[in-house]
Amino acid sequence: MKRLNRDTVTAVLLLLFCGLLFQQTFFVRKVPFSIMGSEVWPRVILTALFILLLIYLFKSLITPPKNTVEKRPLKVWIEMYRNPVLCFGMFFLFLLILPYLGMLISGILFVFITQTLIGSRDKRSLILHALVSVGAVGGMWAIFRFGLGVLMPAGSLF
Amino acid sequence: MFENIFAAFGNVFTLYTLMLMAIGVACGLIAGSIPGFTITMAVVLTLPFTFGMSPIEGLSTMLGVYVGGLTGGMFSSAIIGIPGTPSAITTTFDAFPMTRKGRPGLALGLGLWASFFGGLLSAIVLVVLAPTLAAIGLEFGPWDYFMLVCFALTIAASLSDGDLIKGLISGVFGLVIAAVGEDAINGAERLTFGVENLGSGFDFLPVLIGLFAFSQLLSDMSDSEAAKKPMTSKAQKVIRMEHLESIKLCFKHWGSVIRSSSIGLFIGLLPAAGSSISNILAYDQEKKASKHPEKFGTGVPEGVIASEASNNATAGGALITMMALGIPGDAVTAVMLGALTIHNIAPSPTFISSQPTLAYAIMIAYFMANFMTLALTSGSLRMFLLVTRIPLYILGVVILLYCAIGVFTLNNSMADIWTLLIFGVLGFIMVRNGFPLTPMVLGVVLGPLAEINLSRAIATSDDLTLFFTRPWALFFFVMAVFSVFFPVYQAARNAKKRWATYYAAAFIACLAVPIILMGGWFRTGLGIAFLLVAVLMFVKRSRAPITPA
Repeated sequence: MKRLNRDTVTAVLLLLFCGLLFQQTFFVRKVPFSIMGSEVWPRVILTALFILLLIYLFKSLITPPKNTVEKRPLKVWIEMYRNPVLCFGMFFLFLLILPYLGMLISGILFVFITQTLIGSRDKRSLILHALVSVGAVGGMWAIFRFGLGVLMPAGSLF
Repeated sequence: MFENIFAAFGNVFTLYTLMLMAIGVACGLIAGSIPGFTITMAVVLTLPFTFGMSPIEGLSTMLGVYVGGLTGGMFSSAIIGIPGTPSAITTTFDAFPMTRKGRPGLALGLGLWASFFGGLLSAIVLVVLAPTLAAIGLEFGPWDYFMLVCFALTIAASLSDGDLIKGLISGVFGLVIAAVGEDAINGAERLTFGVENLGSGFDFLPVLIGLFAFSQLLSDMSDSEAAKKPMTSKAQKVIRMEHLESIKLCFKHWGSVIRSSSIGLFIGLLPAAGSSISNILAYDQEKKASKHPEKFGTGVPEGVIASEASNNATAGGALITMMALGIPGDAVTAVMLGALTIHNIAPSPTFISSQPTLAYAIMIAYFMANFMTLALTSGSLRMFLLVTRIPLYILGVVILLYCAIGVFTLNNSMADIWTLLIFGVLGFIMVRNGFPLTPMVLGVVLGPLAEINLSRAIATSDDLTLFFTRPWALFFFVMAVFSVFFPVYQAARNAKKRWATYYAAAFIACLAVPIILMGGWFRTGLGIAFLLVAVLMFVKRSRAPITPA
């Protein structure tokens, strides 16, 4: 178990995923009269991926795990990934509310709330975030909607 | 000929046409700088406005958007590290680090002037050699295309940031992603796990922007304190374009400008191969030709020059194919061909001889668009540079939303925004685990091209030796083999191994064979000259004393 470093785990997980994808190629519809079947190309590249992953796994097993990697306490880890997780989470929520509130309102809410969560929350900053979210999102939305005639997603509620 | 050129000048140099072109360039610059908003999309949106114009006015406007967009893609690459268009992927590698080092003016200036010189060289070739060069495009069969794509894929090895295996895994994984959904030949669904939305596969742009935008922005914003600061220090009171320094650097690295422009022009000549490929190829060749390849990616001028000169030169190549053969060189020229059809002008190989005034007007408009882009960009760059003064978290969040808007407008599909998020998460995890993103993007771009041409080649003939016996296929095969072994050669050269001194001679000698096989007095002569150079290099190296490592 000592040799089980991060690369080994990644290689094993990717090999499993590769196997799953290869298994999927057996469900590809056979097209009559086609000279090169639709499953041929995915199998070729998945075989190449499999070989590369085996080399990666082998390399990770023969390379001794680095002892210099210091263990980070949970608090430091959370602090390190706080902003990316916040952004991903807020973007996910933005996508969930988009069909209901439309691009304009959900966009403004996404920008305002995410900026407030990541940045400062004093009165001046809140005003700045509100102005930026309305100006930047509203401006871009107007350019696409009225300038270029692109239909932006409209919400079912508003 | 001169009569037609003068007539074309008269048509292009009217106040109205020049004004339309300026508007087109301005729109192209804005569109190119928005991640997700492609140049093709901008040109398509311009098309309806050109219905009421004359063919010359309409095409001049579209050319303005095209050339402006190619340069605009460089803005977001240099300032925020996200390629505005796929043609500016490699611009991020050195222009963004340059901005980070506090020289955004030089990064943008270099990009601008390299674009200008690349476009200018391409325009000169367009005017002088259009019909002759276009014939090269006709020599390409599916075997040659497949080998070209294979050669381009070998670049993944040199874009691996030190870990070759991870880079190659990333590149092949990109091919797998491109294979998801219906295949282009038979229309059968693959690797979808029964999910209906995956039937049409992943669009290239949401994947590209997701990978680059999220990983770049979120890595920058990971540190809460750094996220509240702007990219450039407020101590730098005046941010200005470093025009003089940029021009000096372009002239200093004139070899890079010519090499990259030639690559861009050549890729532009090939139907369906556009600037998204040429910038990667040019960057890779520049890195291989450099005396300090390890410095690439840290903000070296040659990196910016290679990417920007090549992508602008591609436009000229695509125009050559469009006008001399009636075949679109890329998506934008396909839209332009559509515009010609609307004006009852049939695109065909006789286009230049049947519509000489219009053909020369297109060439002159392309030439002029490069000058207009230069002038307009110089004027508006201060505004773009001010963006670097905005605190990172404010800028980052707004950009994420702009990416979502840009991606949505591609197909008016919410699924594309989900793709953006999924690949954003994937890109972030990959970067944290040491997997480079660029090879993956390369795989996604080249995967469909490789599959289609392999399928076409097999359907045309069951003789697999054609992949190695046709001159152009052999040419790219030789390039691919030497490209794959290039990292090994570099390591051997650093270790001062004897065989490494013969690598360049062997490469030139091998390249001479397909060139001689191409036939014709010029190419045969060129091939023989290559062979002679290789022999001379071999003799010179074998006489050199061996220096121990």
